[in-house]
Amino acid sequence: MKHLRLWQALLLMALLAFWWAMTTPGLLPNVLFDNDKQAAFFFGEPLKVLARVWAWFVRDADVYPHLAVTLVETLLAFGVGATLGLGGGLWLALSPLASALLEPYVKALNSMPRIILAPIFSVWFGLGMGSKVALGVTLVFFIVFFNVYQGVKEVSPVILANARMLGASPKQLLRHVYLPSATSWVFSSLHTSVGLAFVGAVVGEYLGSSQGVGYLILQAEGSFDINTVMAGIVVLTAFALLIDAAVGRVEKRLMKWQPRAGESE
Amino acid sequence: MTAPALELQAVSCTFVSQGAPGQRYTAVRDVSLTVGAGEFVAVVGPTGCGKSTLLNMAAGLLAPSTGTVRVFGSVLAGINRRAGYLFQAESLMPWRTALGNVMAGLEFRADRPRREARAVAEDWLRRVGLGGFDDRYPHQLSGGMRKRVSLAQTLALDPDIILMDEPFSALDIQTRQLMENEVLALWAAKKKAVLFITHDLDEAIAMSDRVVILSAGPASHPIGEFHIDIARPRDVAEIKTSARFIDLHAAIWAVLRDEVLKGYAQQLLVKAA
Repeated sequence: MKHLRLWQALLLMALLAFWWAMTTPGLLPNVLFDNDKQAAFFFGEPLKVLARVWAWFVRDADVYPHLAVTLVETLLAFGVGATLGLGGGLWLALSPLASALLEPYVKALNSMPRIILAPIFSVWFGLGMGSKVALGVTLVFFIVFFNVYQGVKEVSPVILANARMLGASPKQLLRHVYLPSATSWVFSSLHTSVGLAFVGAVVGEYLGSSQGVGYLILQAEGSFDINTVMAGIVVLTAFALLIDAAVGRVEKRLMKWQPRAGESE
Repeated sequence: MTAPALELQAVSCTFVSQGAPGQRYTAVRDVSLTVGAGEFVAVVGPTGCGKSTLLNMAAGLLAPSTGTVRVFGSVLAGINRRAGYLFQAESLMPWRTALGNVMAGLEFRADRPRREARAVAEDWLRRVGLGGFDDRYPHQLSGGMRKRVSLAQTLALDPDIILMDEPFSALDIQTRQLMENEVLALWAAKKKAVLFITHDLDEAIAMSDRVVILSAGPASHPIGEFHIDIARPRDVAEIKTSARFIDLHAAIWAVLRDEVLKGYAQQLLVKAA
């Protein structure tokens, strides 16, 4: 389609206009609500949301510390979760005994709705960053863990035999065959795992904290300030998109050995 | 007389099904086979006759159930360090460039400085006709090019024994003949002991000094041996029209044909069971 971006932008404008028309008090006759303030109370008003975002970023410029906190939590959760997942996945995949022993526990931990661990982490690590990172780690760990486990199990036996024939010691096999193969699986799940690290950070903040974007939303909700809640959601979404784009760039650089469809020089 | 490069002494290999220990499959039984230093031996046989099993035992990837494998006189235990193995399937590490793959073996052995290893690898890439493709990843190369990289990877280690498992079976006929001639030229320059597995009789006769015929599996064993007394250097495409080639082909095929039919009947039986 020609002018795809233009149409996408127009669609966004149309949605915003619809939102504005439906929620501005006194603009349209009341059909769904008893009085003309209720729509704005429940759904917020786009212009006020925009004003809120403007105030956060430009006028008061007071959102940056909160954003920084959320970002640091996300990165820490991803880093720790991915490292643990990589190590655990490699260990279980290469040790049949450990794998057989721990399999039901891994399954149980994975099927558990892990968000519910948040209250426990708050007790253990307090209301600071620690509990949010811990929550993010539990989410990221299993994604990476299962991908690495699968990745190691699916290393081509021919590539393994070839490396052994070329004289690779068990240590070298781990370093030059298992690890690259496993990391490729980690990177293929990078979008999901970074996204989940972000979810862990925000949900953790929302459930109890003193800083972060999730905290801002929690505060606003407490005073029924729907506009600020909406502004928080908008900022988080934009932020998530930025992180995803950054991950895409990193992935492209690190995975250049993997074939992509329709690639040519 | 010095010890042969590779000697299989009455080796058998029986596979036991992991779930059901009662189910056993003897791939090869009582195979004795020698490859002299600098000799090019081809093994042909019907599909599923355990050719690859034989090669894996020679490589030390698989321990024989009975019998011994000797390498230059000493009994083989573990990986055969003096052998290079050219696999049938894709064996390159996809996360390494062509040069990285050729260097892999040199890196693993770590018996020379990295710069020297790099120079050796670059030289080998050039020799297999891939100079200038150093930084390509395997997925950016064609099937024939990947095989060349594999060849360079194996030969860069300068092994005394080269094991080849139908290395060219996945290539088109033109590329295949080119590669066969290249391998022959490389072999002629530096005489190595070669054990070459193939199901292609033409290829076996055109390339080797000796052709060994295996019976149909299970429990396959050698049933015939032919010396190929065609003068070298040979061109694998031209040689096929020579009278001696046609005679040898007819003689070997007479032995092989029954086994091929037997192997085929066996597979039908297995399928029916």
